[in-house]
Amino acid sequence: MNYDERLLDGSALVAVAGRIDLSNADAFKDALSATLAKVRTALILDLAGVEYISSAGLRSLMIVFRASKAEGKAFGIAALQPLLLEIFTISRFNLVFPLFETVGQAIEKLAPDAINSLPVS
Amino acid sequence: MKIVFWGTRGSLPTPLNAKAVQRKVVNALVKGAGKNLDTEEKALAFCDRELSFAESRTYGGNSACVQVDTGGSDYLLCDLGSGAREFSLSALAKHGPANPQTYHVLISHVHWDHIMGFPFFVPAFIPGNRIRIYSCHPKVEQAIRGQNHQPCFPVEFEALAAAIEFVPLEPDKSYEIAGSVVTGTKQLHGNDSYGYRIEKDDRSFVYTTDSEHKPEDSAEMERAAAFFRNADLVVFDAMYSLADSISVKEDWGHSSNVIGVELCQMAGVRQLCLFHHEPVYNDEKIDSILAETIRFEEITRSGQPLRIWTAYDGLVIEL
Repeated sequence: MNYDERLLDGSALVAVAGRIDLSNADAFKDALSATLAKVRTALILDLAGVEYISSAGLRSLMIVFRASKAEGKAFGIAALQPLLLEIFTISRFNLVFPLFETVGQAIEKLAPDAINSLPVS
Repeated sequence: MKIVFWGTRGSLPTPLNAKAVQRKVVNALVKGAGKNLDTEEKALAFCDRELSFAESRTYGGNSACVQVDTGGSDYLLCDLGSGAREFSLSALAKHGPANPQTYHVLISHVHWDHIMGFPFFVPAFIPGNRIRIYSCHPKVEQAIRGQNHQPCFPVEFEALAAAIEFVPLEPDKSYEIAGSVVTGTKQLHGNDSYGYRIEKDDRSFVYTTDSEHKPEDSAEMERAAAFFRNADLVVFDAMYSLADSISVKEDWGHSSNVIGVELCQMAGVRQLCLFHHEPVYNDEKIDSILAETIRFEEITRSGQPLRIWTAYDGLVIEL
């Protein structure tokens, strides 16, 4: 799993790639928690490079999503591959997390102040 | 080995009401309009071919009771939910009251939906029948005796004419029961529950209901997968969605279809049967969960295919 964090204007855009499963779900959660601690406004995940996420990975997302809500910070997930979107839908996490088709849409909604600063494809 | 499902619903019996039956009939009549359905055979073929399971049948409403037919003369059951009544009537119809039988029953735990069929378990009223109730759960005798007691039920346990024995089991220890090898394991559930692995000849079956699995707990996931290892069939508590089971319904003691697939894939299981259906789910919902689970298995498969079933009252799976 690759984890690429970019911080700007109180928000963070994290691009994740690879597989998130039982073997790295804890490390993923710890990395997200560390990023969340640096954020004032929004944590946005770009999961375009993620090909698979297991229940353990989804739980890591859940924990960080809960923490972001408790801290009054926005949280969003963007750019799911079709197979990953199916996993989110079957597990009903599509009803839990704010999902966005593109990173740009997520930034526009959750971190508008950063829209001109964050690299958006 | 043959697995026969007599009760498949979770928490409490959930019968169809008149409106739901009428909706199925009306839908079938509309879909069959203009077709030549003037015989029972043609109508049955139409139902099988052109209607979904939810349109033509129902997943049933009895609570947990599963028969394990190992080919021997004694009966072997898992749990005594309300489906046990249907089972007992069927056994009685087959043998008649004058032919005593031996019934071996494995109890997962004593929550009401898993024992509520016992007061209506007809063989218990007939002298000569032998009923052996096994469990790793320490409260089974107390709960079953207490259920057949006023003011909850008019027939006292002591008045039952069959020979009824309670046999405590220890988890992680194997026993020979009804010609099979039975091993219990402790599960995460309020007041505890126990799953059972049943092996006979070269076939293995795992009955694991009312069991929560924490996906982040790799040791527990590995332990569960080891219990399921290479089983021909795992009957699995898939009451909730994964999202519910690890958020709003965390620590409610139940699991999901997604965890069921993941554990069975880890364990090299051949067939998974979704069980203990959420009472608020109607037949259409259970149909759609089955389709989604089949798809989830396809897109996450890395080894041998895992066949997915969803349980209904009356389902028979040959192993």
